[in-house]
Amino acid sequence: MIPLTVNGTTHHVDVEPDTPLLFVLRDTLGMTGTKYGCGIAQCGACTVLVDGEAMRSCQFPVDAVGASQVTTIEAIEEDAVGARVVEAWVSVEAPQCGYCQSGQVMAATALLKAVPKPTDEDIADAMTNLCRCGTYNMIADAIRQAAG
Amino acid sequence: MKDFLTAPAAAPGSAVIAKAGPLSRRGFLGAAGGLALVAMLPVRPSRAETAAKLVPGTRVPAFLEIRPDGSVHVLSPFVEGGQGIATGMAQTIGEELDVNPARFTVDCAPPGPDYAVVGGMRMTGGSFSTRSSYPLMRRLGATAREMLMRAAATRLDVAQDTLTTEDGQVLHAASGRSLGYGELAEAAFALEPAADVPLRDPATFRWIGKPVARLDMRDKSTGRAVYAIDQKLDGMLYAAVRHAEYFGTKPLSIRNEAQVRAMPGVHSVHLLEAAVAVCADSWWRARKAVETVQAEWSEPEAAGLDTVAKDFSSEGMLQALRDYDGETHPAETEGDAAAAFTGADKVIEAEYVAPYLAHGQLEPPSAMARFNADGTLELWLPNQAPEMFQGSAAAAAGLEPAQVRIHSPMLGGFFGRHFIYGPGNPYPQAIALAKATGMPVKVIWSREEEFLNDAVRPLSMSRFRAAIGADGLPAALEVRTIGEGPIGRYFGAMLQTPVDSSAVEGIVEKPYAIPNRAMVFGKRPHPVNIAFWRSVGHSMNDFFYESFLDEIADAGGQDPMALRRALLARSARHLALLDAVEELSGGWKRGPFEVDGRTRARGLAMASPFGSETATIAEASVEDGAVKVHDVWVAFDPGSVVNPAIVKKQVESAVALGLSAALYEEVVYEAGRRRDQNYDTYTILTRDDMPRVHVTILESGAPMGGVGEPGLPGVLPAVGNALAAATGQRPRRLPMKNLSFS
Repeated sequence: MIPLTVNGTTHHVDVEPDTPLLFVLRDTLGMTGTKYGCGIAQCGACTVLVDGEAMRSCQFPVDAVGASQVTTIEAIEEDAVGARVVEAWVSVEAPQCGYCQSGQVMAATALLKAVPKPTDEDIADAMTNLCRCGTYNMIADAIRQAAG
Repeated sequence: MKDFLTAPAAAPGSAVIAKAGPLSRRGFLGAAGGLALVAMLPVRPSRAETAAKLVPGTRVPAFLEIRPDGSVHVLSPFVEGGQGIATGMAQTIGEELDVNPARFTVDCAPPGPDYAVVGGMRMTGGSFSTRSSYPLMRRLGATAREMLMRAAATRLDVAQDTLTTEDGQVLHAASGRSLGYGELAEAAFALEPAADVPLRDPATFRWIGKPVARLDMRDKSTGRAVYAIDQKLDGMLYAAVRHAEYFGTKPLSIRNEAQVRAMPGVHSVHLLEAAVAVCADSWWRARKAVETVQAEWSEPEAAGLDTVAKDFSSEGMLQALRDYDGETHPAETEGDAAAAFTGADKVIEAEYVAPYLAHGQLEPPSAMARFNADGTLELWLPNQAPEMFQGSAAAAAGLEPAQVRIHSPMLGGFFGRHFIYGPGNPYPQAIALAKATGMPVKVIWSREEEFLNDAVRPLSMSRFRAAIGADGLPAALEVRTIGEGPIGRYFGAMLQTPVDSSAVEGIVEKPYAIPNRAMVFGKRPHPVNIAFWRSVGHSMNDFFYESFLDEIADAGGQDPMALRRALLARSARHLALLDAVEELSGGWKRGPFEVDGRTRARGLAMASPFGSETATIAEASVEDGAVKVHDVWVAFDPGSVVNPAIVKKQVESAVALGLSAALYEEVVYEAGRRRDQNYDTYTILTRDDMPRVHVTILESGAPMGGVGEPGLPGVLPAVGNALAAATGQRPRRLPMKNLSFS
């Protein structure tokens, strides 16, 4: 059994130690808000926060989490910055199909936690998640709005 | 039409996935707005007689449920996949029903003849959803409102004409009484609907035509949106598959089955039609196990439609298109092109090429199947046409269509991905595995399996030749297109002509007054699984045509804007678009010009896809050998719109996908196999390459056109034309990443 703290709750999961955190969240814990897109840390749909930093959970072995706190999209509105990001996302109407947006919201939250007033360059550096619907400009608008 | 409606769907797994009887294409297209795609998609009502009696889009209870709290639940003919159709339906119905769209929830309806509202059929595609259903859905809302008022009149014992409605309430002004729709719905929807209920005066619209807030934004911003891949059932097994290395080959045996079975969580190991599969208690365990499978596979055939040969390559396929010496058929003929070439001052010619493309939607395909105790089958799967999947799944399961229940969750992107493409869909695997295990099974394709097995936008090649007159205008245009489109592949039996509309659209029916034209098409099938892809034939053909039109302009010493204006002098609608895009971009300037010490230029292109009209300008430069697109301006005329905010975002989305295809995307076959298996090497547009996008909507009042696809085709040639002006090098082959600009 591997201990794993997600959104403040500690679970003990019976999986192989090298299981990617993504599939523990989705299949073992039933938290499907975090998405599988590519499995090779390219697209960012699986982004979660590990101790407040954006992490691509599809390439993050569950046994590497250790005592770190994992935050997923399911709890993002409980975070003050995350809640602001969500409001901005809704207000700008950033999503289209929405599949990548859990990861985008998590990446944006991590960015604003680290850099409360990001420049366009900060946004470009931090927001590397793919969006097949091409919502990149709307996402940048939403981040600027959330930053205030 | 009747023959068409009763046409049987073919069994899954065959190359030609749907066969159908004859269809009066002319008759149908006349009704549906001149696009062929929709004509090609059969519905398969379980009882044709039922369908004949029922008028789709009219039976209120099939579409609307009004809950006690007054909220409205819509069962929509269409699936939401980012295009905003759920919100558009709520606006259209809500306007006439008199309920604020914000109180709507919208889900995709199960199969049923009520929902065949797209020219008598049902699908979410061809940019048809809004334009095909808008009049019907307005009428449905108005009919429901009248039923609610009639029920209220009975309940209040007053004359119906003393009642009014206001946002979900029926009001009796004289007595000050009111009844909520939620209180009335049960009695109201049991009434016979009235015929010819008057519709609201468009001048009084509160929601149609307004940028009403989308209904799905909060769920999609908080992870609560549920897609097919997120579905769960009690006692479900997860399945992962590995497909044949060569398309069309089959697994014969597994050498290490005992070893695979012994892996953690593994339930069972299976040989499927074209794949090996492992069922396990989590998808990750299933996937790890399936990747250790050592299988014997059949040898690939030398050639064929259902099979990719060991020596097949996309480059070889292109050469085959070039070498084609078979029959060609006129796709568009006007005047006497041959004579015009004979006397021409100047002749130019060029070959244009576009590659195979993957859909690359972010949600990997999945399918969840469960056989119920009563022998029925339930399927949860991404799909753009529930009745088609119902028919095909029934055939795969050996059931009647009525015994198959299709659930259509929202789509994590589609772009044409979720039609039936034979072995290009996972649901036959889910059905086979649920049958074999006696348990519910969810199959998910890994991203790698998806890139290797997605059905692809066909590789295409056209040869252009123009005669330039002494006036600098094109006197004649010849185009030779060789290849195959998805309509010809899947619905060829319905085409009344040997010309595949999906292979030549964007080359024919262009609006320019070129007096002599001779476009021909020759069919050369692809030995790979081909697909519809956002804007279908327009996705490459408008690039070809509009690029070559700039070559004509250059050869005739004309400015590209001036040339288009000259050739469109008699089309007010197109001139208005050119005016609009010119104004939006701050005035036409082709360049090249300098910005921050770098050379930039602008390119112009027009397209007429899916009943809409577009004019697009792109500003581009080459920086350190790489193409940089700075701004894209689009003037877009779909006739009229339901939600301008959604329309603008759909156009911006189409710009992104068009630019992605222009710059980066190609599915490359080498030695019978696809080269790229994930986004690391199959590059799609990232934030770094996203230009500023500026969209203006023109509502010309022309018949309503499509929205989801039409923003795309103009982008590629606008970028190509800008690069040609900036560098002097003309991009004639996509993607442009393979070109070296100096």
